[in-house]
Amino acid sequence: MSNHSKAKQPVSDRRKFILNMAKGVGYAAVGGFLWSAYLDEAEASPLVLRPPAAIAEKDFLKTCIKCGLCVEACPYDTLKLAEPGDHKPIGTPFFTPRDIACYMCEDIPCVPVCPSGALDEASVTKNGKLDINSAQMGLAVIDENSCVAFWGIQCDACYRACPIMGQAITIEYDQNKRTGKHAFLKPVVHADACTGCGMCEHACITEKPAIFVLPREVAMGKAGSHYIKGWDKKDESRLKDAHAIHTTTQVSKKKAVDKLNAGLEGLLDE
Amino acid sequence: MSKIWNNYRYLILRRFVQIGILVLFFGANAWGWKILEGNLTSSLLFGKIPMSDPYAVLQMVVAGAVIASDLLIGVGVVALFYFLIGGRAFCSWVCPINMVTDSANYLRRVFDIDRAQLERSPISRNSRYWILGLSLIVSAFMGIAAFEFVSPISMLHRGIVFGMGFGWAAIGMIFLFDLFVLKNGWCGHICPLGGFYSLLGKFSFIRVHHIEENCTLCMKCKVVCPEKQVLHMIGKESLPILSGECTNCARCIEVCDDDALRFSIRDLIQNKKTGE
Repeated sequence: MSNHSKAKQPVSDRRKFILNMAKGVGYAAVGGFLWSAYLDEAEASPLVLRPPAAIAEKDFLKTCIKCGLCVEACPYDTLKLAEPGDHKPIGTPFFTPRDIACYMCEDIPCVPVCPSGALDEASVTKNGKLDINSAQMGLAVIDENSCVAFWGIQCDACYRACPIMGQAITIEYDQNKRTGKHAFLKPVVHADACTGCGMCEHACITEKPAIFVLPREVAMGKAGSHYIKGWDKKDESRLKDAHAIHTTTQVSKKKAVDKLNAGLEGLLDE
Repeated sequence: MSKIWNNYRYLILRRFVQIGILVLFFGANAWGWKILEGNLTSSLLFGKIPMSDPYAVLQMVVAGAVIASDLLIGVGVVALFYFLIGGRAFCSWVCPINMVTDSANYLRRVFDIDRAQLERSPISRNSRYWILGLSLIVSAFMGIAAFEFVSPISMLHRGIVFGMGFGWAAIGMIFLFDLFVLKNGWCGHICPLGGFYSLLGKFSFIRVHHIEENCTLCMKCKVVCPEKQVLHMIGKESLPILSGECTNCARCIEVCDDDALRFSIRDLIQNKKTGE
């Protein structure tokens, strides 16, 4: 009965307006959800190597305007802008060392051209001069299982390809107990000097490179402030960031015997 | 020949400008030309003058990025140009998607698809403003410039300059959508960048004016206009086209055989009189 009388009434303009607004909000909610879900996936690719002086990845993604000026400035065609289908955050610059590594130009042409500050000149400036050796594009990691130098076969391709030879990669000698008369010449990467340029990855002789560059965030662990090298003055400065964590545990006021007998009341009654 | 020029002069000029800009960008990347470097999101003119997409930077601001001074100057240059002079001219004179949607629109006319699809449009032309607002909300929540990660406009111009990848798929979808689903679907209903420039360019000086005394009501202008709601005064009143949704593409001017439409500078005194 009430339905019948409602049907006869004209729908008021106010009601129409409110319902139309609500419809818009509904569309926006669905669209916003799909859009956000896509973005969440699209920005989550931790294995991208950025140009030198790139700020932290999370800030990089919101700051880079995707103009490609760094790509155009690169004289070696190292840098590329991610295309749809590259499975990297679309339009952002990256490089693939196995194809073309970073040649670590002394004047770092890709950095000063950046209009947005996604490439931060200050982070590669030392004593008022550009210093490509302070770049932190990534960190070379060695898979000792597939590196033939660890098998005992002589190869120092990565060591010789390294632009900071003798600092970022050194060769360590070891005894080859299998033959008893040969030496291992094992490459070792030093994280404090390695810039992640990828010349080693490019030069590696194995089918799939046994030495490869990963973003530092991915390649490195973090000791935290619980562990400090007490014999190293510089390392002790990290104690400044240390903070105590206070935990409180509620101590039971009951006697231990009561605790042991707890829950048996019902059983004892019977 | 002169008739062809007369009927297509602005179209030819627009294609010249659109393709010219892309060629300059392409040349900068491929051969190191120093005329116009970068792409449509952010660029450098003659190695000195920065230009940046104000909508992209607005999304970055909302996402919480620190905006560098170069970008702010670039935004100033572009925003001031469209605000004072160009209006929504970006859409018809610069944006490369315009060539995709114009060709879809042309084919719609050739195959007479419009007449077969007379039902009411399923999407409102105001959707673009909703999507514009939504893009800012999503940018704020996700902490990245939301539209820049899905923009087919960027995919196209960036693709032409730096490599296309699967970007063709997005362009193809827009073409098919405009051709078979909705007339002027992308540019006239959905694109938030178009919506942004509609709002930004609302008060610009270059306007198309209608001279009612010359009008013979042939309605050719309404056939070619991609935003025909802006031509509401045709045959009724001599008025400038003041809607920000007019892209200043000037197709109406060149198809008009009676000189009833022409470009002119916004007449501020007349506006006061008509109360617009």
